[in-house]
Amino acid sequence: MSSTIALETRKVSKYFGSVAANVNVDLTVRRGEILAILGENGCGKTTLMNMIAGIYYPDSGSILVNGEEVVIRSPKDAFRHGIGMIHQHFKLVDLFTAAENIVLGINDGKKYDIKDVNRRVAEIADRYGFHVDPQKKIYEMSVSEKQTVEILKVLYRGADILILDEPSAVLTPQETNKLFDVLRRMREDGKSILIITHKLHEVLAISDRVAVLRKGEHIATVETAGTTESELTEMMVGKKVELNIERPEPKNTCDRLEVKDLNMTDADGIKVLDKVSFSARSGEILGIAGIAGSGQRELLESIAGLCHPVTGQIIYHNPKTGESEDLRDKNPVEIRELGVRLSFVPEDRLGMGLVGNMDIVDNMMLRSYRKGHSLFVDRKKPGDLANKIVDELEVVTPGTHTPVRRLSGGNVQKVLVGREIAAAPTVLMAAYPVRGLDINSSYTIYNLLTKQKENGVAVIFVGEDLDVLVELCDRIVVLCAGRVTGILDARNTTKEEIGLLMTSAGESCATDNDEKEDVGGENN
Amino acid sequence: MKTTEKRSREPLFHVVKRDALPWYKAMLIRVIAVAAAVLLCSLLSIVMIEANPFEFVKTLVDGAVGSERRLWKLAKDAAVLLCISLAVTPAFRMKFWNIGAEGQTLIGALASVAVAVYLGGKIPEPALLVLMAIAAILAGAIWGGLPAIFKAKWNTNETLFTLMMNYVASGLVAYFLVVWRPSGGSVLGRLDFGHLPVIFHEYFLIIAITIILTAAVFVYLHYTKQGYEISVVGESENTARYIGINVSKVIIRTMIVSGAICGLAGFLIVGALDHSITATTVGGLGFTAIMVSWLAKFNPLIMIGTSVFITFLNQGSSQISTNFNVDSSFPSMIVGVVLFFIIGCEFFIGYKVKFRESTKSQSQEVVENESDS
Repeated sequence: MSSTIALETRKVSKYFGSVAANVNVDLTVRRGEILAILGENGCGKTTLMNMIAGIYYPDSGSILVNGEEVVIRSPKDAFRHGIGMIHQHFKLVDLFTAAENIVLGINDGKKYDIKDVNRRVAEIADRYGFHVDPQKKIYEMSVSEKQTVEILKVLYRGADILILDEPSAVLTPQETNKLFDVLRRMREDGKSILIITHKLHEVLAISDRVAVLRKGEHIATVETAGTTESELTEMMVGKKVELNIERPEPKNTCDRLEVKDLNMTDADGIKVLDKVSFSARSGEILGIAGIAGSGQRELLESIAGLCHPVTGQIIYHNPKTGESEDLRDKNPVEIRELGVRLSFVPEDRLGMGLVGNMDIVDNMMLRSYRKGHSLFVDRKKPGDLANKIVDELEVVTPGTHTPVRRLSGGNVQKVLVGREIAAAPTVLMAAYPVRGLDINSSYTIYNLLTKQKENGVAVIFVGEDLDVLVELCDRIVVLCAGRVTGILDARNTTKEEIGLLMTSAGESCATDNDEKEDVGGENN
Repeated sequence: MKTTEKRSREPLFHVVKRDALPWYKAMLIRVIAVAAAVLLCSLLSIVMIEANPFEFVKTLVDGAVGSERRLWKLAKDAAVLLCISLAVTPAFRMKFWNIGAEGQTLIGALASVAVAVYLGGKIPEPALLVLMAIAAILAGAIWGGLPAIFKAKWNTNETLFTLMMNYVASGLVAYFLVVWRPSGGSVLGRLDFGHLPVIFHEYFLIIAITIILTAAVFVYLHYTKQGYEISVVGESENTARYIGINVSKVIIRTMIVSGAICGLAGFLIVGALDHSITATTVGGLGFTAIMVSWLAKFNPLIMIGTSVFITFLNQGSSQISTNFNVDSSFPSMIVGVVLFFIIGCEFFIGYKVKFRESTKSQSQEVVENESDS
């Protein structure tokens, strides 16, 4: 039997300070199988894969490839043993062609012959059903093409064991399906594929077996065919969870914020917002869907006054005075005084909404420290607010004087959203508010947003998980390359429909326009 | 169960991140580092100047604090150093790398000398002193504010800009020395006017002023709205933008404060100590101050300790060069070695080094090296 085992970890542990990222993980990967590594954020999935790929070195335990114990000190070592990892963030040289990127760093003593490389890349691509032009430059490529190049890079080096770190995070449902077809073909070819994900339906769609990690420990590896979504969730979380989002019907809606024909260009002169128009209503959650970088960030920052669009209007209907004002040229302080709140969660969570090195109290103060004419800051009220948020939202922290960067992602998010809600906003914008959060915290945040909606707040929610968007929102605006490609009623749409709109706006972001037809194949 | 085979071996050691250490353990590591540094310095003294290491350490301590006069001198030098360190700290907390404290202090000194030269004897002494102080603070503020304005408006590199301003300042001093001494001498004699009064002891006033200033800067940074804004801008400009702080304004304002304190230090040097000026009046303190501030992690209260410590080393090691009759570069080396160890040991507070487990013993014991040297 041992000959069918491609990779095995035995009692592998890794610690970061006193934080156990992995504890005695025993994992086996068979030849010719797709093994999903499932777990919540922070459960040690990526750490484990990084150790197999040679980026971290395990504190204890051993790794076996084809039944033989190996020592993997660097990604080079990993390649020598046929292990290759495709990272979430691509590591490609923009100005090089696909083929040039693929051979970059290979030192096999042979003469550099780009024609031969082009031929071999095309060969590999054909074998597994990739569509890629080896001579195309990276900067001309879409995200999914770049991912293809990353996969080819690994295959070109002769990897038999491929690790993919959340490959679908940047893809539309259609692109994800295509990727999965490719992965299935690789499996038939005898490759072992490890795929990190926290999306349950993907696990069920693609994998043969699922290894579930929780808090750094390997809970179990089960056959995909014999399990269900709720069983997997229970293993991931450690207890039963209700995965239903309540969605009350919107009441007393009226237009609160009207965005009209916003245009904006970035520093390179590229249009990031192109005639964007929509309205956000009170008592309603408006979802914004789109591939990362389709203008979501610029849109929210424009509304919050952090950047200023060239043309267009952002009309705010003030519920207190009944007046309408254009926010386009106002600064953040003026806009905030009107009650528009932005709870922005960029990829680097602590990069904007909170200051990582400051404690919870000082972070509460960010909003209110200016009040009054005193020269000195008043830490009493922010202190009370901090205590209140810690109590009400069940923030796990040693105290309110702990720097927020020491808190886990979910708790950081609770602090941020808690502060924004405490200011009694009339418009609440949340961008990726559950990114990196575990299931329980995510549902806490969804409920908080729903509660704000019931209080008559106009909530704008930028999300990436289409399943959640469809379940949580009342209406969904779809962005593609800075353009609105559709405004949908969330109760009567499917994520396939959204997925299509996410890629259909124009040449710059539509990667596979001609193959839109093969969409329905999502088995969910 | 497995014997060592011929295969690629585990790396000899790898570095592992450590949890926050309790303060006493962190302190212990620092003490070990200082001890190791003293040990190495003693060895160096044996090899290079053939001195008895005990004698060597004794001379070091004795030179720094061996007599009442030396104690006063230590306190005075530390106070001047601390004063300039306090000046650079607000900028550093904002992550504005102001390495122009040298020039900002010198221009402050120059401005107060200019007031004393032109107005000395013509107006009452107290009024003269006040004018000198104001002139020094203004000059320092301009010297600090200029690079900040350029940084805020055109995002110029503040490190280069503040550094260059140092040379402009020392050039100006050289020029005015010639103007004030037409006879050709490059040394300005002792000023007759603009002397700060002596209370208790000739160094008492400057020490007292510095202590008050330390408390003031501490309160400014930790308890005022402006201090809070400085921290936010330093930690994340994005956050500052997001909550509507005018980043340019904070940068300029903070550098004006920074430069003004430098100017004040320049006035104190002139009015209380030197009563004269040369191009090297500040003597590199503007750069040493950067180290004082960093070592104290930008906390004004801890800076009292670090400035005393650095002055202690400087003063003690210059005694060594006198007693053992060696060149003054030897003491500089000693200071360098000690600082290297102290800064280097911070790495071991944040990380630990794990060595390869011995292949013979199968125990899971981890060899842990607390303080490598």
